Amino acid sequence: MKDVAVIGVGCTTFGEKWNHSFRDLFIEAGALALEDANLSGEQIDALFVGNMSAGRFIEQEHIGALIADYAGLATKHIPSTRVEAACASGGLAFRQAITAVASGMSTIVVAAGVEKMTDITPGQTVDTLASAADREWEGFMGATFPGLYAMIAHDYMHRYPLTREQLAQVAVKNHFNGARNPIAQFQQEISIETVLSSSLVADPLRLFDCSPITDGAAAVILAPLEIAKQFTDTPIKVLASAQASDTIALHDRRDISTLDATVEAGKRAFHQAGLTHRDIDLVEVHDCFTIGEICAIEDLGFCTKGEAGQLTEDGVTALHGDLPVNTSGGLKACGHPVGATGIKQIYEVVLQLRGEAGKRQIEAERGMTHNVGGTGATVVIHILGAC
Amino acid sequence: MVGIITYGVYIPRFRIRVTEIARVWGANAEDIMGGLGVYEKSVPDLDEDTATIAVEAARNALKKRRINPQTIGAVYVGSESHPYAVKPTACTVGEAIGATPAMTAADIEFACKAGTAGIQICMGLVISGIIENGLAVGSDVSQGAPGDALEYTAAAGGAAFLIGREDPIAIINRTCSFTTDTPDFWRRSGEEYPRHGGRFTGDPGYFRHVQGAARMLMEQISTSAQDYDYAVFHQPNAKFPRKVAQLLGFSAEQIKPGLVVPHLGNTYSGSSMIGLAATLDVAKPGDRIFVTSFGSGAGSDAFDLQVTDMIECRDLYNRSGAPTVEDLLKDPIYVDYAQYAKHKGKFVMQA
Repeated sequence: MKDVAVIGVGCTTFGEKWNHSFRDLFIEAGALALEDANLSGEQIDALFVGNMSAGRFIEQEHIGALIADYAGLATKHIPSTRVEAACASGGLAFRQAITAVASGMSTIVVAAGVEKMTDITPGQTVDTLASAADREWEGFMGATFPGLYAMIAHDYMHRYPLTREQLAQVAVKNHFNGARNPIAQFQQEISIETVLSSSLVADPLRLFDCSPITDGAAAVILAPLEIAKQFTDTPIKVLASAQASDTIALHDRRDISTLDATVEAGKRAFHQAGLTHRDIDLVEVHDCFTIGEICAIEDLGFCTKGEAGQLTEDGVTALHGDLPVNTSGGLKACGHPVGATGIKQIYEVVLQLRGEAGKRQIEAERGMTHNVGGTGATVVIHILGAC
Repeated sequence: MVGIITYGVYIPRFRIRVTEIARVWGANAEDIMGGLGVYEKSVPDLDEDTATIAVEAARNALKKRRINPQTIGAVYVGSESHPYAVKPTACTVGEAIGATPAMTAADIEFACKAGTAGIQICMGLVISGIIENGLAVGSDVSQGAPGDALEYTAAAGGAAFLIGREDPIAIINRTCSFTTDTPDFWRRSGEEYPRHGGRFTGDPGYFRHVQGAARMLMEQISTSAQDYDYAVFHQPNAKFPRKVAQLLGFSAEQIKPGLVVPHLGNTYSGSSMIGLAATLDVAKPGDRIFVTSFGSGAGSDAFDLQVTDMIECRDLYNRSGAPTVEDLLKDPIYVDYAQYAKHKGKFVMQA
């Protein structure tokens, strides 16, 4: 297996992009990544794109071919593959691209993620997202994602010492970071009071506990590490790529407050990289809801179960804390175009490791990404390191 | 000089509170009132519709000024809720005020700005000399699907403006429009309730068009917000007009008299016109008023008006000859959701 490096990254701004179509979004992200890697489209050998539900969001399937076509690569006939694992589609597309390069089957590979979520009504969007849960046992019974994560939050708060204010602090911290990220959907700082006084969505989760509906795309370009320096002075090495599955329905889990797929994929990633938690300088976790970030920090092993609330309150996970979590603003403030989120996490870690993160720059040599599909039925984790 | 010869308003007396609608749907009324800035909305009586409201508004206009109805050469009624798909409301209004038969008439549809489009059409006919006076009415018994966000604001009411040249109470210095094909809110033929693009109705809909028309007009005549005593904007809720006023540089004081939505609701085609009427109710000679309507689909009409001495000339114009907007908002009768449902014809009655 060859070592793999990220040689270029690109990301659109995230938000309600009324004037940008699905095609505009991925073309913009792809062009930015190619420019960053000093490449032309002709040099691409393969393309993997993470997309959760273009079929329902914009009534368009066959996304792989569409993207290759509109990227101007139809005449080159490159293999182009759509990857779907609900909200983990982006992270999984990145993993597929890694395997393509590591195996030697392809050399220059694009991993992209794109989602256009605002062309349908919010009700339709919520239902489309609910298709990432178990439709027969959860969706048909009325469960939506805010509802399912609210059950996790209730169970967690019953068993562990997490206060409502600590949960709100996750959103406050992520908005602080988002306010320093020019691509973020929300670039405003908020207070704990903002969260606590926002509309109740699914008890105990309020509006500001929830990630938004977002349009956006991100793309990264991978190459064998041995040739990476031909394209960039600052290649970022892939140190680990791990994936794990779990039951699709929340109620079938061993423990609904612990995402076992996160625990498992995390262990595999650390093992692959030969690293421990102390070696990680920042982590982008899947905070689709604030409780998601609390669980992720613990399930990845950065602290023991029940401690993440206090760590958050103490500022450990803040931008300049001992373990910065979601320097991009996370899904909460940066936005959550579901298929693109996993690639945006890679984009953020690459910027941080290259020292190009502007106002939110931290000192970092190694970073981790944690991308979740559904309530934890798919988890994809990557560790990246500066060369 | 073309301008407003007289105007009249009608608002049904019934109201339903946002708290009552929220109670039925299990929604949080505080959140809704906080978000929309609307606390109650007008409800038509069982036998009130767009035509009766338009007639009442037109009659109130004529109560304030002695006008020979035969000088009214055009009647246009803008509405999203004309009682008939085919058979003009405008003819009913023309007949009711004695303007028939030597007149032209038509119903106009452009979502919530059809009434101000009628004003522009009347201006054209008056300026060209084809007619002496023209009546433009905006009237609606607004539709909002049960449980939809629109149900908290969709109200009933209307305003009528007589446009002409002879001694107007307010001169219309200039008008312009900003129009695009933007599907932010619509109701297909045969459908009972409108549908909307949620948050898409905001920035790409309301804010782009209202600001587009407003800035276009101010640029054309080299004015700024400070040049006006009052400003009126389409008011689907209280949040949008307040925000757009701020974006355009108008103060809370300038929009205050015309911001009637908190206790009236959104009267669709009547909305900005009732706001203008409420402003004229308190205006003094010389006051300059800026008005911008908005209709989904989408477009905005902007107007620059100047109030004349005629508004206080009691021989010609009797300001208290018909109820003011404030009078019409006073002393409401509150209904519960069941009465509201009856008034809105939501029960299927046995023959």
